[in-house]
Amino acid sequence: MTDAPDTQKEDTVWVEHEALIDRIPRWVAMLGLFVIVVAIWDLATARMAWVSPIILPSPGETFFDLIFVGKNLIGGEYMLVALWTTTKTVFWGFLIATTIGFSLGVLVGETKFGERAVMPYLVAIDTMPKVAFAPLFIAWLGFDIASKVALAAFIATFPIVVSTAAGLYAASENERMLFKAMGATRLQTLVRLKLPTGLPHIFTGLKIAAVGVMAGAITGEFLGGGKGFGALIRQSASQMDTPRVFALILYLSLLGLLLYFTVVWVQRRFVFWNKSERPGGVG
Amino acid sequence: MSMAEPRPLTPSPVAERRPVYEIERLSKTYARNRLIALTDVNLTLHKGEFVSVVGSSGCGKSTLLKIMSGLLPPTKGRVVLEGKPVTGPRVDIGMMFQQATLLPWKTTVENILLPIEIREGRAAAQAARPRAMDLLQLVGLGDFATVYPGELSGGMAQRASICRMLISDPAVLLLDEPFSALDELTRDFMNMELQRICAERNATAFLVTHSLAEAVILSDRILVMKPRPGRIVEEIVIDLPRPRTLEMINTTRFGEIVGHIRDLLGKEAFV
Repeated sequence: MTDAPDTQKEDTVWVEHEALIDRIPRWVAMLGLFVIVVAIWDLATARMAWVSPIILPSPGETFFDLIFVGKNLIGGEYMLVALWTTTKTVFWGFLIATTIGFSLGVLVGETKFGERAVMPYLVAIDTMPKVAFAPLFIAWLGFDIASKVALAAFIATFPIVVSTAAGLYAASENERMLFKAMGATRLQTLVRLKLPTGLPHIFTGLKIAAVGVMAGAITGEFLGGGKGFGALIRQSASQMDTPRVFALILYLSLLGLLLYFTVVWVQRRFVFWNKSERPGGVG
Repeated sequence: MSMAEPRPLTPSPVAERRPVYEIERLSKTYARNRLIALTDVNLTLHKGEFVSVVGSSGCGKSTLLKIMSGLLPPTKGRVVLEGKPVTGPRVDIGMMFQQATLLPWKTTVENILLPIEIREGRAAAQAARPRAMDLLQLVGLGDFATVYPGELSGGMAQRASICRMLISDPAVLLLDEPFSALDELTRDFMNMELQRICAERNATAFLVTHSLAEAVILSDRILVMKPRPGRIVEEIVIDLPRPRTLEMINTTRFGEIVGHIRDLLGKEAFV
């Protein structure tokens, strides 16, 4: 009875080793990285003073300014006015970029004229450094919000044009043949087939545009002054108030995130059938 | 295995012999590379008849199907369906492709109603919904009407595309290798389903396929095409009794017919 028990009959137990990073939740990983970065930052500034506070303020100083700016924003003081100004710029810039970009994209993607005649010019303009147009926009539209809106829209338009045009090519040969066989008109094929098929592409363009419109608005405010957040940042930077600059940038990034995730949210509502999104919902 | 039990010989629907689809002296030359895709093709489909065309790649069978469906204009010749010349896509031509091509943002039943929505608008499509549901029942997809195509298997998607083809009650069904993307077992099953549906509706059908077995099991007649230039070289009447069953594939007669076609196509089928 004691010799050689039924070892052969036992199932082999396979132990699957999961990598550590797969076992911890995403938020723990994010928090962990945050803590590490802040610790090194703190070490380099406050503890060891390797870096001058004018170049890089310590986490503590930055946090203090975050609170200060936050209070100012909540209190509805001048910083809130600045944020509201920049928000308006971004909103109008994005709206105009979407309208013009989508229209041009349809023109390029749907018509031979657009593809052959218009697209080369768009490519030519797109390769120019668009920020260089800022002085022109200021000369044409003044130092008010309009010139910043124009620059923001100008930067954000091109990704939408390209992605919309690419989206319209995305419908397969089979799908086009199906619509042709059903006797669909050109407009029906565009609205019922090509645009819905192209939506994932279009939203990719909108996400790139959301990033571009922020850059455009802030650049416009750097160069053209005014009441926006960009002007505040420049003002603080010129006073060597680096912690304030950091704090302002962090609040500004919230505006960018808000816009970006609004686009992602809208995409989820509209493109519910497309499951090829990048993991983590960032895509 | 031979035919074990004597099956009652159902009268062939071909008996009616009413011509539905007439193709006369059809030629197609592609000007760009001066390729003669089709030359002097003559063909008549009768009401309730199932005709297949087989041939190697490049023999012009896809071109023939596209011309018949009105998607491509012929260089010469006439295509007449139900007494009217085909000059473009028509409501009374039902088409099915190798891919089911269902729109992923529409439910199964909405996809089936798409041809009506395109031609007559949303209201008409809504009105035809009960008919679409009946068709879904016919192909065994009754429970999948409000499901999105992403959740359908390949065979289910093709059954849905059968419904989409039938919703406008076409006079003729043009089938372009409809099941060639499916696995073999599903394909056999779908072929039997197709036979049943065609028999129930007394449908006139024209099938383009690479599979000789599929052509033989489904067809009343098979047209054998050869390339350079694309032409019909022989017409074979399939005398297997109806309804056909998958067991017939193992009969001697079936083997003879397939062998004959294979000889006809010869080495050209593999080049």
